[in-house]
Amino acid sequence: MARDPLAELAREPAASRWLQSAAWGFARVFSILALALGWELAARSGAFTPYMLPALSAVLERIWHDLIAGDLLLNTAVTLYRALSGFVIGAIAGIALGMGISRNRLVNWFFDPIISVGFPMPKIAFLPVVILWLGVYDVSKITMIAVEAVFPVVTATVVGIRSVERELLWSARNMGAGERELLWQIALPAALPQIITGLQVALPIALIVAVVTEMFMGGYGLGGAMNTASRFADSRGVFAGIVEIAVLGYALVKGMMLVRRRLLLWHQEAVAPSTA
Amino acid sequence: MKAGLLRYVPLFLLGLAWEAGARSGLISTLALPPLSAVVAAWIELLKDGELVSNGAASLWRASAGLTLAIVIGAGLGIFMAWWRPVNVLLSPLVEMFYPMPKSALIPVTVLWLGFGNSSKILLIFLGCMLPVTIGAFNGARSSEQALVWSARSMGANRLRMLWDVVVPSAMPELLNGIRTALALSFILLVSSELIAAREGLGYLIGFLGASGTYDAMFAVVLTVALLGFAADRIYLVVMQRMLRWQE
Repeated sequence: MARDPLAELAREPAASRWLQSAAWGFARVFSILALALGWELAARSGAFTPYMLPALSAVLERIWHDLIAGDLLLNTAVTLYRALSGFVIGAIAGIALGMGISRNRLVNWFFDPIISVGFPMPKIAFLPVVILWLGVYDVSKITMIAVEAVFPVVTATVVGIRSVERELLWSARNMGAGERELLWQIALPAALPQIITGLQVALPIALIVAVVTEMFMGGYGLGGAMNTASRFADSRGVFAGIVEIAVLGYALVKGMMLVRRRLLLWHQEAVAPSTA
Repeated sequence: MKAGLLRYVPLFLLGLAWEAGARSGLISTLALPPLSAVVAAWIELLKDGELVSNGAASLWRASAGLTLAIVIGAGLGIFMAWWRPVNVLLSPLVEMFYPMPKSALIPVTVLWLGFGNSSKILLIFLGCMLPVTIGAFNGARSSEQALVWSARSMGANRLRMLWDVVVPSAMPELLNGIRTALALSFILLVSSELIAAREGLGYLIGFLGASGTYDAMFAVVLTVALLGFAADRIYLVVMQRMLRWQE
C-alpha cells in the first residue's frame, strides 16, 4: 500500500493527541480499579479480620440490599434534604448579608467583626447548644448547617462586590443607573463568579455538618445509619455508609460545577479553556 | 491598636446584650446562662484542671494529625507536580476523595483504633491531607518556567532545583492549603470528640451538656471557638512572615 508521507505526518498530531487522552482516561480508570482490587484482595487475604476490613464485594452487596429495602433512598433523601435546606438558607442569608455589608455602613460596622471572628471558629462546637435550644430534630440540624454555610458565602460576596471594576460602576452611573440598579444589575452579576466560589466552599461543608449532626443525634439519614451500624459493631454497614456518603459528596460537588458553568455562560471564564 | 479594638465594639455589645437578656429573665437562664456565670464556670474549670487536661488531649490530637497531614500531604503534592507518572496515577484518586465529607470516616477510625488518641489523629490526618496536597500541587505546578530554566542553565541538578526553585514557588498556595487544613482539623477534632471519645474538649462539651451544667458547657464551647480563632490568627501572622521574601 502506497503511503503519502506528508499526509501521514499531518495526521500524526491528531492521532497522538487521541492516544494521549486515551492514556489519561485509562490511567484514571486504572488507579480507581487498582484501589478497588487492592481493597478486595487485602480483605480476602486474611491479613485483616472482616470486622476491621470487610471485602468491597460484601460492602457493595450490603449497599444493594439497602437499596432494595428502600433504606438507602430514604436515608439519602433525608440527609440531602437537611444538607440542602441548610445550604440554601445559608446561601440566601449569606448573599443578603454580604450585600448589606458592602452597601450599608451600619450593617458593615456591626457584622464585619462578627464574621471575621466567627469564620475561623469551629462552629460545630455549638452543636450541643443548638440542641439545647432547638431540640434534636430537623430544625437544630438545619440551623447548624446554615450557620456553618453562611460564613464562606458572606465573605465571598463581600470580596466579590468590593472587587467589581470601578469603570463598570462609573459607566453605569454615567448612563443614569440608580443605586438599586447598580447593585442588582451591575455589582451582583459582576461578583457572581466569586459568590459561586463561596457557594462551592459552603456546599461540602453543609454535607460534612449534616453527617456530623446526624451521627451525634442518631435517627434517619446516612450519618444516623452509620451511627447505628457502628453501635452494633456492624462494620459492613459502616463501610457502606462511607461509600454512600462519598458518592453523594462527589455528586453534589460535580453538580455544583455544572451549575457554575450554566450560570456563568456569559462570563469570560466559560470562554477561556479551563484547566481546573 | 486602639482602632483595632474599636472595631470589635459590636462583639462587646453582643456580650452585654447576652448578660442583660439572661439577667433580666427575658431569656430563661436554663437556655442561656448569663455571661458572668459562664466566666465563673470557666475559672472553676481551669482551677480543677478539667480544662487543662482535656485541652491538652485535644491540642495533642490536632497538632499530631495536622503535622502528619502537612508533611505527607505537601510531599505528595510536590511529588505529583514533579513527576508526571505519579500525577497520572494519583490525581484520579485525589479527585475522587477530595469532595468526600471527611466526617464519614469518624466511625471507621473508631472501629479500627478505638476511642483514644490514635483514632482522632488518623481522622485528622486523613481529613486534612488533601487540601494540603492540592495546595502544594497547584503551587509547584505553577512555578515559573523561566526560573526552572535559568536554574537548570546555571547547572542545578534536579534535586537542588526541587528544593531551591519548586518548593519556594509552591509556598504561597501550599500555605493557603494548610490554612484550610487548620480550620478543618478543629472541625474534625470537635466532631469526633463529641461523637466518640472519653477525653478532650469536645467530649467535655458533650459530658457537661448531658449532665445539665450549661454554664460550664458554654464556657468550654467558647474556649474551643476562641482556640480555633486564635490558631487561625497566629497562623496568618506566621504565614505572612514566611512569605515576606515575596514581592
